Amino acid sequence: MLKTVIPFGPQHPVLPEPLHLQLTVEDEVITEAIPALGFVHRGLEMLAHIRDFHQVTQVVERVCGICSMIHAMCYCQGIEAIMGIEVPPRATFLRTIWSELHRMHSHLLWLGLFADSFGFESLFMQLWKIREKVLDLNEATTGNRIIVSVNLIGGVRRDLAPEQISWILAELAEVEQDINRLGSTLLTDYTVKKRTVGKGVITKDKAFELGLAGPTLRASGVCQDMRMLGYAAFDELDFEPVVETEGDCHARSKVRFREVRQSIDLIRQALSRIAQSEIRTKVKGRPQGETVCRVEQPRGELFYYIKADGTKNLERLRIRTPTFANIPALLSILPGMWLSDVPVAVLSIDPCISCTER
Amino acid sequence: MFKKLIQKARVKSPWLLHYDCSSCNGCDIEVLACLTPVYDIERFGIINVGNPMHADILLVTGTVNYRSRKVLLNLFNQMPDPKLVVAIGTCALSGGIFREAYNVIGGVDKVIAVDVYVTGCPAKPEAIIDGVTLGLNRFTQRKEGKKAHAR
Amino acid sequence: MRDEVISVSPDNLVGAVAKLKVEGYRFVTLSCMQGDVNTVVILYHFDKDLVLKHLRVRVPADGPLPSITAVYFAAFLVENEIQDLFGLRFSGLAVDYERTLYLDGGEVKVTPFCKYTVAKIQGDEAKSLPASADRHSTGGS
Repeated sequence: MLKTVIPFGPQHPVLPEPLHLQLTVEDEVITEAIPALGFVHRGLEMLAHIRDFHQVTQVVERVCGICSMIHAMCYCQGIEAIMGIEVPPRATFLRTIWSELHRMHSHLLWLGLFADSFGFESLFMQLWKIREKVLDLNEATTGNRIIVSVNLIGGVRRDLAPEQISWILAELAEVEQDINRLGSTLLTDYTVKKRTVGKGVITKDKAFELGLAGPTLRASGVCQDMRMLGYAAFDELDFEPVVETEGDCHARSKVRFREVRQSIDLIRQALSRIAQSEIRTKVKGRPQGETVCRVEQPRGELFYYIKADGTKNLERLRIRTPTFANIPALLSILPGMWLSDVPVAVLSIDPCISCTER
Repeated sequence: MFKKLIQKARVKSPWLLHYDCSSCNGCDIEVLACLTPVYDIERFGIINVGNPMHADILLVTGTVNYRSRKVLLNLFNQMPDPKLVVAIGTCALSGGIFREAYNVIGGVDKVIAVDVYVTGCPAKPEAIIDGVTLGLNRFTQRKEGKKAHAR
Repeated sequence: MRDEVISVSPDNLVGAVAKLKVEGYRFVTLSCMQGDVNTVVILYHFDKDLVLKHLRVRVPADGPLPSITAVYFAAFLVENEIQDLFGLRFSGLAVDYERTLYLDGGEVKVTPFCKYTVAKIQGDEAKSLPASADRHSTGGS
């Protein structure tokens, strides 16, 4: 049988982002997949050498527009660790709340795109309708829908008023109701299962060996969630990572679906236990030293390595995003798949290319 | 008379092609949000298509880097005339926060001619819809025979 | 850093990494940075039960450094990235993009993170370089 190389992307109807894959197919079955990157590479880590270390907070927010708040949080926590800044307790709770709101909107976005990838357009529309409610929460509490810019080194920019808290709780109840209504379709529907169950299986050992991160890793039965580190206010909340064991596309969507509900629960806990204090501390001096900071992004473990030499510019800022770790998974699951299953498999790792390339 | 009909049909049902040059995804998901129930750009007859040869309007988000420049030009050249280019977000306008990075050329207008600029970081769905409808007015005003061009 | 950092020589690197794999560590990533004029420092990060362990390797700026893709296949992307951005060479890479992962020939002609190399090229052949190279070399160093 003749081998054919089919390019997938960079502009593809399923992907909003320019991921390019070179798929070698034999008949309709894929034998090899090689990713080609570079369409979104901007050289963002370099900007840390040019900009003031306070300004870099705004730069790292633009690593990825979907989980921007979590990027900034990770950066700020890293700098705070180097400089020994104690963040006021209320600020840590606020960071937790906003990061969980981001996780919710990112997971809903992904669930929608995933539904779209197997041609279930009405489910896509329904999920994105729910997502708009979460974005409304973002907009009302921070002033922007997606890139919220609430983090500062030493705290957060905005506070929540008591009436906002009760409003958030009411909205969350609505969101939860809507999600539960769609849950049965997403997880048990015959057509959905037909397209996802048993597709792209990654075993536990394989997942660990490939160094995967986040929901992709947890869907294969590895219990690893950076929130277990207890950064921000997560050490004061009751929290159990979501783990599934099948390791296929269906398990990955189950993990993310359950994490949306978990996030609602975490926000409720945080809102009920939120401390009364200042929301930021004054920052004096310049950072010197090196540190590693890790937080859990919607897509998995986000890793920042920061090295500062006591000047206003950082010496090195290294960002390892979860999709960067998850791309090897694609290379491992695509061979042997049908060409028509490629969109489902590619989306199942939740690729965020602008994160990957920076 | 036939020309008039085509002209009218084009304005009432323009098809979109969206390309993410090297955006941070913020504007991309706002473009997608336009298609979903709350904003529902389809009420203007607008459909998002994947094939550049079907498209009338090119939505570009993000700064242009050296590699995506070729793809952008490719897509633009494949689109049939008359076509409209809408640049979305601060990055697509000028390079935004990334303009000093080494792999960034700058705004979209350094590569292709842009008809409508939508500001914001990220641009809000309302602004994007406004930008597209503003562009549709350009369609009606544009004289016969005048073609968009690549730079 | 609070975590354990072990200094390793380039020759012992693959062995040390293989030992960590046997001990059940998960590969996280590499961080590369400029040491001094002629050297590059690479940190190898590994994780086990949420505790990090780092290997620190100091190598000459032009390499070559043995690739660890035979042990952890997942390292191929980040090693290619370092080839692109620092000009370092890895030998025995499982998938080698030949320095075209992010930057093709004819685009950005210098390795962007190498401040010293950039300065050198600027002095010798600044005229033959595209405008973008001048711009970031002034910003980067």
